[in-house]
Amino acid sequence: MINAVYFLIPEIFLALSIFAFIIFGVFKKNSFDLIYRATIVIIPIVIFLILNNNFENIKIFNNSFALDEFSSFMKILILVSSFFVLIMSKKYIQDINNNKFEYPVIMLIAILGMFFMVSSNDLILFYLGLELQSLSLYILASIDRDNLRSSEAGIKYFVLSALSSGLLLYGCSLLYGFTGSTNFQVISNNVGDINIGTIFAMIFILVGLAFKVSAVPFHMWTPDVYEGSPTSVTSFFAIVPKIAGIAVFIRFMYSPFQNILDQWQYILVFISIASMILGAVAAINQKNIKRLIAYSSISHMGYAIAGISTGTESGFKSTIIYILIYSAMNIGFFAFVFLMKRSGKYIEDINELSGISKNHPLAALSLLIVLFSLAGIPPLAGFFAKFYIFMSVIESGMYALAIIGLVTTVVSAFYYIRIVKVMYFDSPKKPFENFKNYGVYGSLIFSCIFLSSFFMYPSIFNGIISKINIF
Amino acid sequence: MIEIGLGHYLTFGAIIFSIGTLGIFLNRKNVIVILMSVELILLAVNINLVSFSIYLQDITGQIFTMLILTVAAAEAAIGLAIIVSYYRNRGSVRVEEINEMKG
Repeated sequence: MINAVYFLIPEIFLALSIFAFIIFGVFKKNSFDLIYRATIVIIPIVIFLILNNNFENIKIFNNSFALDEFSSFMKILILVSSFFVLIMSKKYIQDINNNKFEYPVIMLIAILGMFFMVSSNDLILFYLGLELQSLSLYILASIDRDNLRSSEAGIKYFVLSALSSGLLLYGCSLLYGFTGSTNFQVISNNVGDINIGTIFAMIFILVGLAFKVSAVPFHMWTPDVYEGSPTSVTSFFAIVPKIAGIAVFIRFMYSPFQNILDQWQYILVFISIASMILGAVAAINQKNIKRLIAYSSISHMGYAIAGISTGTESGFKSTIIYILIYSAMNIGFFAFVFLMKRSGKYIEDINELSGISKNHPLAALSLLIVLFSLAGIPPLAGFFAKFYIFMSVIESGMYALAIIGLVTTVVSAFYYIRIVKVMYFDSPKKPFENFKNYGVYGSLIFSCIFLSSFFMYPSIFNGIISKINIF
Repeated sequence: MIEIGLGHYLTFGAIIFSIGTLGIFLNRKNVIVILMSVELILLAVNINLVSFSIYLQDITGQIFTMLILTVAAAEAAIGLAIIVSYYRNRGSVRVEEINEMKG
């Protein structure tokens, strides 16, 4: 079927531009600035190419590549968030003297890997996409190669992520052996008769996926990697691979494993409760703002997985809305972190924020909006994200999960509001260094407008997401 | 004479997989050993896939194996590169000294 290639145009375009950038960067000296700008231009073009595909549910290449509303929506979300990550982190990369042209190119390679993960309908394609993404992320974590902390983050991420890929792959091999195919539909038909092999396979795959989204028993790498890698990479890590990871999570739970719902449901409920509790409790004592957002992202992944664990259609749709709002909140948060610069050095300590509302009232106000939204305070978007999750959890009768979720929301509100208290009520220190950086300002303004106006017309996204159907 | 069947291959794969996993957790000396353990895990997966492929009379498992071998080579290359860059900053690759960040 020769026409299948036409549906792959966004991926082909992305891959060809990656090759072109690499060759251009190798032959031209000091090409960081040019390639960075070109990368920022490429991303809207790819969004346009994805929108250009008509959104019928089709499977191409022997049913191994699924093109549907779900994958297109997730790809666009990945591209939009990486666009904001790129425009807000350019100044930072130049300031830490890390302006190598490989940096944006490796990000594009990771995005290409995520595309294949999100669209995969076959274990082989899924594994290759996952590894393309992970291998690029190892390099990104240790990209600041003269910095001990960055290399240490890279080595920790590499070891633990390689282990989890190995576990996931072992699960894939068992799944192939016990169901006789690598295709998700065939697996879904054959997995129904319960035997111990498929249960083992499912558990191994769940471990690997839980690692990729840093859910609790497998979260150990998150704070260290977030703290050690450069902030620009941290902002990428906190937003983009999480979207792809949750998308793959949904795809696995609702496509190959849909017939053994009662086997995985309680595992997911456990992962979700554990992530929510640990994320809420462990973040209380953190001084470093990057470690704090690491624990915060762990607890947010707990809520997202709570939506998946219902196993219903409204469950995964609320998870999609959750991850959409999560990425908008994190864009705002990291845009503010890029503003925290004093006498030429970027600061990461929360106490250094004391009294900035006197010197930078607008920036403090926008961080206040983002933090209230992260805590889930009503008129802001973060409240609606949690509201949809708890609605679908209660609809499927899991009251214990909903109650624990609400309690941990209150606990985690403490450490978000502590930052607000430090900003507004502590004695002021020196103002931040003033620099014109329209990328950071733009991302912060976008995030705040999105978060504070979501409640006026939530049906824009609900309308798009209600059309999504992955079966 | 016993006949070697699927069960034996799977047991063999599972043993190698366990050795690889334990090698990562019990190792207290050198990061290179961790890299070797990761390779062992991937090899166990390959043994599984090839034996399943023969058992099911289906070529997909062997194709999957070829792709895994390629990815394992790339992963080892990137892992070694990260270890080299760590060594240049720290002057050592001992596992218990990788503790700059804690919390």
